[in-house]
Amino acid sequence: MSQPLLKVQDLTKHFPVGPRTIFGKPEQFLRAVDGVSFQIEKGGSLGLVGESGCGKSTCARTIVGLHPATSGSVRYEGVELTSLSRREWLPYRRKIQMIFQDPYASLDPRQTVAQILNEPLKLFGLGRPRERRLRVLALLEAVGLNPRHVQRYPHEFSGGQRQRIGIARALAGEPDLIVCDEPVSALDVSIQAQIVNLLSELRERFDLAYLFIAHDLAVVRHLCERIAVMYLGRLVEEAPRDELFKNPAHPYTKALLSAVPYPDPEVERTRERIVLGGDVPSPLTPPSGCPFHPRCHQVGDVSGDRCSREVPALVHEGQRSRACHLD
Amino acid sequence: MMPLLSVKDLAVRFETHDGVVRAVDGVSFEMEEGETLGLVGESGSGKSVTNLALLGLIPSPPGVMSGVVHFDGQEITKLSEPDLRKIRGNRIAMIFQDPMTSLNPLLTIGRQLTEVLELHKGMKYAQALRQSAAALGEVGLAEPEKRLAQYPHELSGGMRQRVMIAMGLLCEPRLLLADEPTTALDVTIQAQILELMAEVQKQHGTAIILVTHDLGVVAGSADRVAVMYAGRIVEEGPTQDIFNSPVHPYTKGLLSSVPRLDSDTSCELSSIPGSPPDLAEMPPGCAFAPRCPEVQPECLLTQPDLLSSGSPQSRNACPIASPRASREASS
Amino acid sequence: MSASKSKRFDLDEADAERLLREAREHKGISLWQDASRRLRRNRPSWYALVFLIGFGLLSFLAPLLPLRSPVRSNLDITLSAPTLDGGDSNYLATLDPQADSTTITREIEKDYWELSGMDHGLISLRRGIFGSWQTGHWLGTDHLGRDLLSRIVWGSRTSILVSLAAALCSLLIGVFYGSFSGLAGGRIDNLMMRIVDILYSIPFIFVVIFLITLIGDHRQVLEEEWGLDREKVFYLVIGAVYWLTMARVVRGQVLSLKHTEFVQAARVMGASTLHILGRHIVPNVLSVVIVYLTLTIPAVMLFEAFLSFLGLGVEPPRVSWGLIAVDGTSAINPLRIHWWVVVFPALAMGSTLLALNVLGDGLRDALDPKMRGKE
Repeated sequence: MSQPLLKVQDLTKHFPVGPRTIFGKPEQFLRAVDGVSFQIEKGGSLGLVGESGCGKSTCARTIVGLHPATSGSVRYEGVELTSLSRREWLPYRRKIQMIFQDPYASLDPRQTVAQILNEPLKLFGLGRPRERRLRVLALLEAVGLNPRHVQRYPHEFSGGQRQRIGIARALAGEPDLIVCDEPVSALDVSIQAQIVNLLSELRERFDLAYLFIAHDLAVVRHLCERIAVMYLGRLVEEAPRDELFKNPAHPYTKALLSAVPYPDPEVERTRERIVLGGDVPSPLTPPSGCPFHPRCHQVGDVSGDRCSREVPALVHEGQRSRACHLD
Repeated sequence: MMPLLSVKDLAVRFETHDGVVRAVDGVSFEMEEGETLGLVGESGSGKSVTNLALLGLIPSPPGVMSGVVHFDGQEITKLSEPDLRKIRGNRIAMIFQDPMTSLNPLLTIGRQLTEVLELHKGMKYAQALRQSAAALGEVGLAEPEKRLAQYPHELSGGMRQRVMIAMGLLCEPRLLLADEPTTALDVTIQAQILELMAEVQKQHGTAIILVTHDLGVVAGSADRVAVMYAGRIVEEGPTQDIFNSPVHPYTKGLLSSVPRLDSDTSCELSSIPGSPPDLAEMPPGCAFAPRCPEVQPECLLTQPDLLSSGSPQSRNACPIASPRASREASS
Repeated sequence: MSASKSKRFDLDEADAERLLREAREHKGISLWQDASRRLRRNRPSWYALVFLIGFGLLSFLAPLLPLRSPVRSNLDITLSAPTLDGGDSNYLATLDPQADSTTITREIEKDYWELSGMDHGLISLRRGIFGSWQTGHWLGTDHLGRDLLSRIVWGSRTSILVSLAAALCSLLIGVFYGSFSGLAGGRIDNLMMRIVDILYSIPFIFVVIFLITLIGDHRQVLEEEWGLDREKVFYLVIGAVYWLTMARVVRGQVLSLKHTEFVQAARVMGASTLHILGRHIVPNVLSVVIVYLTLTIPAVMLFEAFLSFLGLGVEPPRVSWGLIAVDGTSAINPLRIHWWVVVFPALAMGSTLLALNVLGDGLRDALDPKMRGKE
């Protein structure tokens, strides 16, 4: 295969904030996403992790066109999406779908499940009413819900079941890529596992590719082959899953991994933990140089000066890449 | 010796239009000085309501509370509201989940901290201010004097949670109720806060009830763990035992459904089928029976009691997983 | 759908038919159904709703009821106290049954004012049922000897009509303006809301006085060329004001709905703004709109009464609650208290307003999704 399914290059999204001048030009920009590049092969899966405010959600939303990109390109099978009008984008809509975080907010409370699942089919112009009815039932079955409940309303389902409806809606147009924006972080542990399993089962069954946004590294590890770590709008490291977990190369990834609590008292009490000082800086006023350098535990020995002056580029080395001045 | 806190048959029910919701149903446990008890459960398991009930903070109506709570030799369930107010924030302090909403946005940090000291310790403002600054320094906030003059919105989430902890510790409480103190925070900040709480506990000997849904957090910081399901404690014991040899099928299921950084990724996560029961329409038998992989006919009929089994420190509420004979022998 | 694709979902057609049949038995309860259930449980609101429906029917069917003429004065019995006398048979007794329809209409309208065809129909139905029988002065008479009961019932028609007109205006203009502004966002939103602000800041009473006086000068032209009488203009003016708050309320709702995940999901599916507006936003705004309407109507009713009281609203011979109040106040004198001319109109108006407010309150509780399943 020559073309990757999705290729994101130098994607940048700046939000204007604060007062505008009389010419309508904003004075300040929130640099939510700042030059992010990655690609996803057909049937592949990439986990995009980071803390809140690192721009991972904005990145996902920009890719599906909920925000217009400030610059950079998003190519789906070689077709540039960012410059398309709403009408021109329509044929690609069914190919790239999205699952949202909050199962309580992502379904219209005044529609039945049948109406919710019928909507994408209608919008994509799939099938006649009769075929669509069948498809709705099949979708419910595919996500493990009782098709008999097709006439019910979202408030009659539990959080996990609602998330399943959200997944069914994303599946309706037979997409190739599903962007999952923290799909399990609002759910309870026992339900979380059900949804993670469902997602990996669906991936196999429908040959889906995932862009999986999460802050929980353990969940990402279960679903994604490749993992990209974001900090303050930039990618700091990207690597195949096992390599990243065994041998993190960026100091931020190391700290992130060591901060994840283990559900095991022995491990938890004996292991060394890198506790990062301070808070994530505001994306309104990112630090100069490497965005991570004020909190970095490895900075200072040799290249401290360089870290605070120069933004490190994402350097590729074989299967993986990282953005760090340190050796 | 009397335990610091003893809770007996604590029950909270809410009377709603759709029926009686038994949020907490017969919870009993004891705590010693300086101990950390992890109260673990999913949303709706009654862990937060238990916490609120200990301080008499259940809104009534629609809430109705029963049971006996002894704290420090005093039966606090019998106390009047003014007497309870003297205990709250003073001998028992509380930290809430959301540091964004638990501070008053209209008052400076200093004003909110000194208020506690003036109220409970009868301090003068100047003295209270000095002590507040010291407390902020103790929770690791740089430039505490400057922070005192700031408003909550000027601080980040992690800093606010530090302020909340400082506020909770101002009166040197014997017991700290921490309701999901790290849930709203990022992992790197969560690590900071957990470390801070452990340090504070070492210094002051405060007992902590740590309410959380995150088993990882409990594993690192609790001495003992109580697992709650549908308003009842289903298993309780030393942290090591709960994690290494869980007895109750729910505890087992919960532990194995947590994705871990060191587990095998080639196979599925094990999950608990179904979802928690509706608290307004509880089944007659064990609440977990409809989801339990080891369910037996008798589980559906009678509600099992929380009995000690194996070691004297451990209790569980599953007659199937720990047979009756051994349970009665040890109880 | 292509064959290879449909293999991904395997569902037999017969199976599906069965499932669909069974799905009908598992039909869910929509938020609307849930709300009406909760409204029924809320006794005061339910009684308020029943009262309002009853009152509305009464006022709509006023021509059918054997009431005395609301305008015919009888100076022999001015300010007579309420009496439980059974009534008499004088209603249109002089009317010649053989007269042609225009004469009948003219005769009837002497006892009322210009009535619609429907009302004439109802009156002839009344004469068929009750003959010339009419009620006694059950609620007394006013200072011109007009029957108070009849005046209150006929006056309620004006109040209801005005409030319905204002409700319709604020529904049509307010909802459309507000949701468009909220959805458009940015500069358009800013501009549209500033216009609302400006309209708000105009001292409304003066505008009404000005407008009504202006119309007074040109009423001939208006009536002949535009078909607008003073009453219609009056309704229009009231409607033109009461949509402002509605627009603001709706815009606020739309702004918060615009960022909900289900609206974003629709956008990811490529839905157009119009589709999102009609499918997702309007149905979700509607509950707030309904609550707001029930709370606006009492304000409009009071406003109508106030304007009529000032002589800017409905003109005699037509009646409205405001005009009855004017008559009531003129009947108050220090020597004798004619309590009925004040108490009965006040009671009618007060109970209607109270019922509307109670209903609005109950609706707000019933339609609030956060209250679902709770008290």
